[in-house]
Amino acid sequence: MKRYSVFAVAREALRYHQGWGRAWKSPEPKKKYDAIIIGAGGHGLATAYYLGKNHGLKNIAILEKGWLGGGNTGRNTTIIRSNYLQDASAAIYEKARSLYETMSQDLNYNVMFSPRGVMMLAQTQHEIRGYKRTAQANSLQGVSTEFISPEKVKSLVPIINIDGPRYPVLGALWQSRGGTARHDAVAWGYARACSDMGMDIIQQCEVTGIRHENGQVQGVETSKGSIDCQKLGIVVAGHTGVLADMAGFRMPVEAVALQALVSEPIKPCMDVVVMANTVHGYMSQSDKGEMVIGGGADGFNNYTQRGSFHHVEETVRALIETFPIISRLKMLRWWGGIVDMTGDRSPILSKTPVVNIFINCGWGTGGFKAIPGSGWAMAELMAKGHSSLTEEFSLNRFKEGKFIDESVAAGVAH
Amino acid sequence: MLVFKCPYCGIEADETELNPGGEAHLKRFGPGSSDEELEGYLFNRENPKGVHFERWRHVYGCGKWFHAARCTATLEVFGTYSAQTFEPPKEIIDIIKAKRPGWKWRNLS
Repeated sequence: MKRYSVFAVAREALRYHQGWGRAWKSPEPKKKYDAIIIGAGGHGLATAYYLGKNHGLKNIAILEKGWLGGGNTGRNTTIIRSNYLQDASAAIYEKARSLYETMSQDLNYNVMFSPRGVMMLAQTQHEIRGYKRTAQANSLQGVSTEFISPEKVKSLVPIINIDGPRYPVLGALWQSRGGTARHDAVAWGYARACSDMGMDIIQQCEVTGIRHENGQVQGVETSKGSIDCQKLGIVVAGHTGVLADMAGFRMPVEAVALQALVSEPIKPCMDVVVMANTVHGYMSQSDKGEMVIGGGADGFNNYTQRGSFHHVEETVRALIETFPIISRLKMLRWWGGIVDMTGDRSPILSKTPVVNIFINCGWGTGGFKAIPGSGWAMAELMAKGHSSLTEEFSLNRFKEGKFIDESVAAGVAH
Repeated sequence: MLVFKCPYCGIEADETELNPGGEAHLKRFGPGSSDEELEGYLFNRENPKGVHFERWRHVYGCGKWFHAARCTATLEVFGTYSAQTFEPPKEIIDIIKAKRPGWKWRNLS
């Protein structure tokens, strides 16, 4: 791999940028791999990367039915934070956030991590209590957050209307080292590093069946032929249920559409991420100047990667009250992704009823922020059979009632 | 936007007039059932990419709960039917069979 650096830019500038080469190879699949990861999104690529980097397992194929990073990795609102209430969540999300801090250096790829600060507005008395509790929990977990006053909110976000009328801003939970990153670059950076370690990233290769004998995985059937493997990781977000069906077990997830939109680009006006969970909307400004806006998920099962139009109206209507400045903006793009929701709104990183099939799913509406931590933990689980980060996220928590309930703890929006 | 015909008031209702109510025809398990049965009832929803049966409520209309058969991959609606039944009626099944050969949902096919 040619390293990217200021010297590389200078060298290429002198030869008309002819020497860059492809960031990753696109080989045909081999007959057999030590491990196969299904899904070349952020989580799948990060899993493969840490299998290679931390555990020395490099004979790996990453299969992708579409194009690399074309699912939810390319469809989210790029927010990174770790201000969760439950210990297990805080551990894995803070692991992820801390890995984002050095990701550009680790991958030699600029993921444009911008720790600009994430603010979750308290707009009711209940939210004040809830966020103060979260801030206390975070300080015990070693996650740096604080509860800030409305005046501090206004000084950080001058365009905000803190006076209501219906939902005045009463304070906020503030994580100053939360922020955003360039979502595509995260997938591309991991892909480049995986390819450099000799892993095969095989795009447009749809898994059509999973072979197992005596409860032990043998391999997968794909649109590019049959491939054997010793270990299989299923990291496919919205299509988890479809893949689990192929492997012959059930997953406690439902696929629903989550959508987001961006406005036309405007001059810089807001340099933090603001989430308003009572009115159900969140907003940040991209480097291009677009206001990036997300809202709630649809309430019904859906695999179509497009959401209901009225959600756009609900989200924007709510945000206009808090940010009057956006009322005249035009919508530029609008898209949806299919997220896999679990009963307790926490992910599943687990062994499965089939030996050596591992599953990483259920990130629901908040997977992007977790990519490096999720990959780190999933790699450890696949390599060693256990990981302290994934222990509480196992599949049998639903039978045992040991939930990691973030559906009320983290607020609705992720 | 999804449009369902409410089987009670006969109105063609937009999605904005309705509330989704999740998977249809659930068999409930409570005290005395096994751990697996309770887990299945609480968490292991059908999650098909294709034909799905659901409960919906005509919340900004007549207020009635009803059932709908819908494709989750295309959003095509096959039909709606009464809430007072434990399984989809034959005419709905026939419509789905004609449009989606080889479909299955739980023990229906």
